Amino acid sequence: MSVETQMTATHRDRFGRTINRDHSPVLSQGVPLTTILVGSLTPLLPIVASGPVVPPLGFMLLLAWRIQRPGLLPMWIGLPLGAFDDLFSGQPFGCAIMLWSLALLALEAIETRFPWRGFWQDWATAAGLIVAYLAIGAIVADGHIELWRVPLVLPQVALGILLFPLVARLVAFFDRVRLIRVRHLD
Amino acid sequence: MPQQSGRSSSYSKKAQFSVFTGYLVAAFGAALGAILLVLSFWKPDAMNGIRGAATDIVSPVGRGSAIARNGGQSLWQSIAGYWQAGYRNAQLEREVKEAHVRLAQEQALAAENARLKGLLGLREGEVKPIAYARLIGSSSASTRRLAYLSAGRDQGVQPGMPVRSPLGLVGRVLETGATSSRVLLLTDGASMVPVRRAKDDVVAFAEGRADGSLRLRLINLGINPLKKGDVFVTSGAGGLFRPGIAVAVVEDLTRDGAIALPTANPAATIHVAVDPMWEPQAQAVIDRPAPAANPATVGEDAK
Repeated sequence: MSVETQMTATHRDRFGRTINRDHSPVLSQGVPLTTILVGSLTPLLPIVASGPVVPPLGFMLLLAWRIQRPGLLPMWIGLPLGAFDDLFSGQPFGCAIMLWSLALLALEAIETRFPWRGFWQDWATAAGLIVAYLAIGAIVADGHIELWRVPLVLPQVALGILLFPLVARLVAFFDRVRLIRVRHLD
Repeated sequence: MPQQSGRSSSYSKKAQFSVFTGYLVAAFGAALGAILLVLSFWKPDAMNGIRGAATDIVSPVGRGSAIARNGGQSLWQSIAGYWQAGYRNAQLEREVKEAHVRLAQEQALAAENARLKGLLGLREGEVKPIAYARLIGSSSASTRRLAYLSAGRDQGVQPGMPVRSPLGLVGRVLETGATSSRVLLLTDGASMVPVRRAKDDVVAFAEGRADGSLRLRLINLGINPLKKGDVFVTSGAGGLFRPGIAVAVVEDLTRDGAIALPTANPAATIHVAVDPMWEPQAQAVIDRPAPAANPATVGEDAK
């Protein structure tokens, strides 16, 4: 919290009153984790789908948080969050642990290589990772590769890529919620 | 703008160390994931306990939303009903007349069946479902086709039990928690059900294709006798599913069989019944001494 934010004429900034209020550590750390965990619970939506149609929301939320707020989630977060996702996703256990950890490492490498990021680059990065995640996930789930199975994941890939900017906006909204000044400074 | 991720080079030993540790732990996570993945191929049921408990904890959410889906559907149906009332009435009257004729035929068939079974000395036991439950969700983001069921060990559900709806077979129970369980749907790539054509004895395997359809592989290869619209039912081979449950309708012919659609679409199925495994009953039939068996032949078979 910088001095300027407290010294505005209205004593307010975009996160609320600045006098005697500060960000809550529970919210600022808990909101990202909660949104990703809830995203992992999509298999319990009342959609009994006859094919893989729902995009991997937990993974997309992880990507969006990591891209928008680098450094907020620790590098090892793929391990616990991936384990939770594996409990419900239907994939063999360990799939998300491995792929989420690898995705975080990949994002770190991409960020080092191309530090000046923008909307299109972020979208392209996320799209590439979603495609890789779904492709490897499909291979791991079935244990073998068959050509006729490729169209099977296409709707999911398309939905995942097209929905990513929306998920990113959602994360931007939750980022504001995360930083609301609710804590009293007494 | 370039993002600050706390990775910028610094002379602070502590900062460098924590960045390095981050990489190390993430790489360790990936390796652990790979090991667990190999483990879950080697012993697919190693994680059943944890998964079952986790599903138990969150299944009330799914149950609530399943009820909401139920209510929503009936609401739309009742609105739609007003629009289609006259047309539906005429159609239903016609169907009732046809059904009366069919019923008479069925009764005749049932009587004949009973007579033939009497001749064979078979006694038909009524199969009572173990539990009635809802499908509360499915692995909609994965290429595996698993569904979650709102009944578990406490209701007597055990792995291997067939799950069916009034329209036909849905799948079988894969893992159980205390109050919820996971169902391997017919359309999963790992699901294989022995079936036969309803009107004669063309036997085949119904294998899931993970996209909502089944591949029927005929056991006797040769000229493909299947036609579009053929209905396949469980044959009872393997001992898991009792014979005669509707499974699929042929949609497209292939070289060695057909692509079929399951009669009980899990997406439209809400309430399902969990049947006991057929095997114990089959075992009981086998154990009973055959009425007209020649002891000599039986002895030779044993050899």
